Amino acid sequence: MRASALPKLLLSPSALLVLVCVYGYIMFTIYLSFTASTLMPSYNLVGTASYARLFGLQNWDVSIGNLAVFASLYIVLAIVLGLGFAILIDQQIQAEGVFRSIFLYPMALSFIVTGTAWKWLLDPGVGLERTVHSLGWESFTFGWIKDNDMAIYCVVIAAIWQTTGFVMALFLAGLRGVDQEQVKAARVDGARSWQIYLRIIIPQLGPVFVSAFVILAHMAIKSYDLVIALTNGGPGRSTWLPSVFMYQYTFTRNEMSVGAASAVLMLGAIALVVLPYLYSEMRKAKHG
Amino acid sequence: MASSHGGLVVSRYALYAVLLFLALLFLMPIYVMVANSFKPLDEIRSGNLMSLPLVWTAEPWFEAWSTAQIGVQPTGLRPYFLNSFLLVVPAVAISTMIGALNGYILTQFRFRGANLLFAAMLFSVFIPFQIVLIPMAKTLGILGLAGTVKGLVFVNVVYGIGFTTLFFRNYYAAFPHELIRSARMDGADFFGVLVRILLPSSGPIIVVTVIWQFTNIWNEFLFGASFSDYSSFPITVALNNLVNSSTGVKEYNVHFAGAFIAAIPTLVVYLVSGKYFVRGLMAGSVKG
Repeated sequence: MRASALPKLLLSPSALLVLVCVYGYIMFTIYLSFTASTLMPSYNLVGTASYARLFGLQNWDVSIGNLAVFASLYIVLAIVLGLGFAILIDQQIQAEGVFRSIFLYPMALSFIVTGTAWKWLLDPGVGLERTVHSLGWESFTFGWIKDNDMAIYCVVIAAIWQTTGFVMALFLAGLRGVDQEQVKAARVDGARSWQIYLRIIIPQLGPVFVSAFVILAHMAIKSYDLVIALTNGGPGRSTWLPSVFMYQYTFTRNEMSVGAASAVLMLGAIALVVLPYLYSEMRKAKHG
Repeated sequence: MASSHGGLVVSRYALYAVLLFLALLFLMPIYVMVANSFKPLDEIRSGNLMSLPLVWTAEPWFEAWSTAQIGVQPTGLRPYFLNSFLLVVPAVAISTMIGALNGYILTQFRFRGANLLFAAMLFSVFIPFQIVLIPMAKTLGILGLAGTVKGLVFVNVVYGIGFTTLFFRNYYAAFPHELIRSARMDGADFFGVLVRILLPSSGPIIVVTVIWQFTNIWNEFLFGASFSDYSSFPITVALNNLVNSSTGVKEYNVHFAGAFIAAIPTLVVYLVSGKYFVRGLMAGSVKG
């Protein structure tokens, strides 16, 4: 039915909010990134000075380096583990629902809660290291969270714990949609289970891999809460991510244009990952 | 044959052993949180995190809830827990209603730009919120909503519309068109169709949306940290302050109790209606 005035009128507040508070604000932040704003926005354009400053800052280099380590490990491990968990669960086991619920419950928690729990678990003074000592293995050491070079891996561990169940759920849905005829035929031909997974089932999960990658990649780029709760960016700045950099430069160091520039780059990175995916999903939906 | 059957039994045992081990691993952080929240502090410092309390005490819970120093006054988490409820209830209700209305209009009426508008809403779900922090802070200041729970309600509604619209749009797109056409023939007007035909069969998607929004907004941190002050902190920000800004003695037991208090509402929702939570996750991940 062609829309009369009423539906258009009722849709317009949402349209306006999204237009202004998403796209208008994006334009505004992009604009700010070309100014010399410090504590307060200033509106004189000064060209790409803040991007030049950004790329010269070691804090930004560290943040980008950390993001590269964190995102690649997080994405690969969450996909591998999620697929592994899904295959384990898919073996017609007893109490399937219980196992699924246990692997997925961290997803219902706030990253601040997750960060708090893992902060003390990974703390050598009170957590796992101390626990193993008290069991008699006195020379055991596990102090990554206090170690400049290793702390970023603690962020990976906590993030994996939080998200693996979600990736598992994605793959489980995919596994349940696999063409069973081919699987049966292969079984009749005497193929072993692992061969069937490797040659028949996993190749059919292509779309799930793509979805999982896009979701995990965009979560990795946006990651903020977990780092704040787990390490607060430390020790030193060794677990800074671009999100932490943005907040620091905008709100504590009063270099708003540099903060804005970093936010623009974060958006660009996410758009690179997400837009092709959304485009192809919407085309698929349109063409059935 | 017998040996291959024997092998099968062994591999079944191995499968359950692996699953059980992983389940314990995934439950460990929540166990550690609960077990240590009932220990006196010196027991945590001298003992190990994995053991049950020797001396049980509820003192950490009372402290986390009502006496821990978070703001200026030693109020515990209680006022912030309340803030989160005052934030979540209206934000969830409003964003869900807007989503239902948008989904209805976007699926049942044709007008120019509808697809573009939906695509714009869809992408807004993915943006890193760093890109809107600066202009939103300014907007809240102008509206007089800076540092208030109302301001957080506004922000969470605005950036929740994308998700709620997506959920309802996809649900109503699959709704039988004949039912709506015949209702129109019988003289149902715009709201008649929505109230008498669509909403009565929208139970599942309403539950999915409410749970999704509740979990997301309860767990939200970045907006809370950016736009609230001591009077309006949501629970996540208060918890992070409790854990990370405490000077002097680190009261692990109080931190664990606090983290668990912050986790209770979303955990309860997950335990009661995990099925709908998973549906929300899946619906939120498979777009288009």
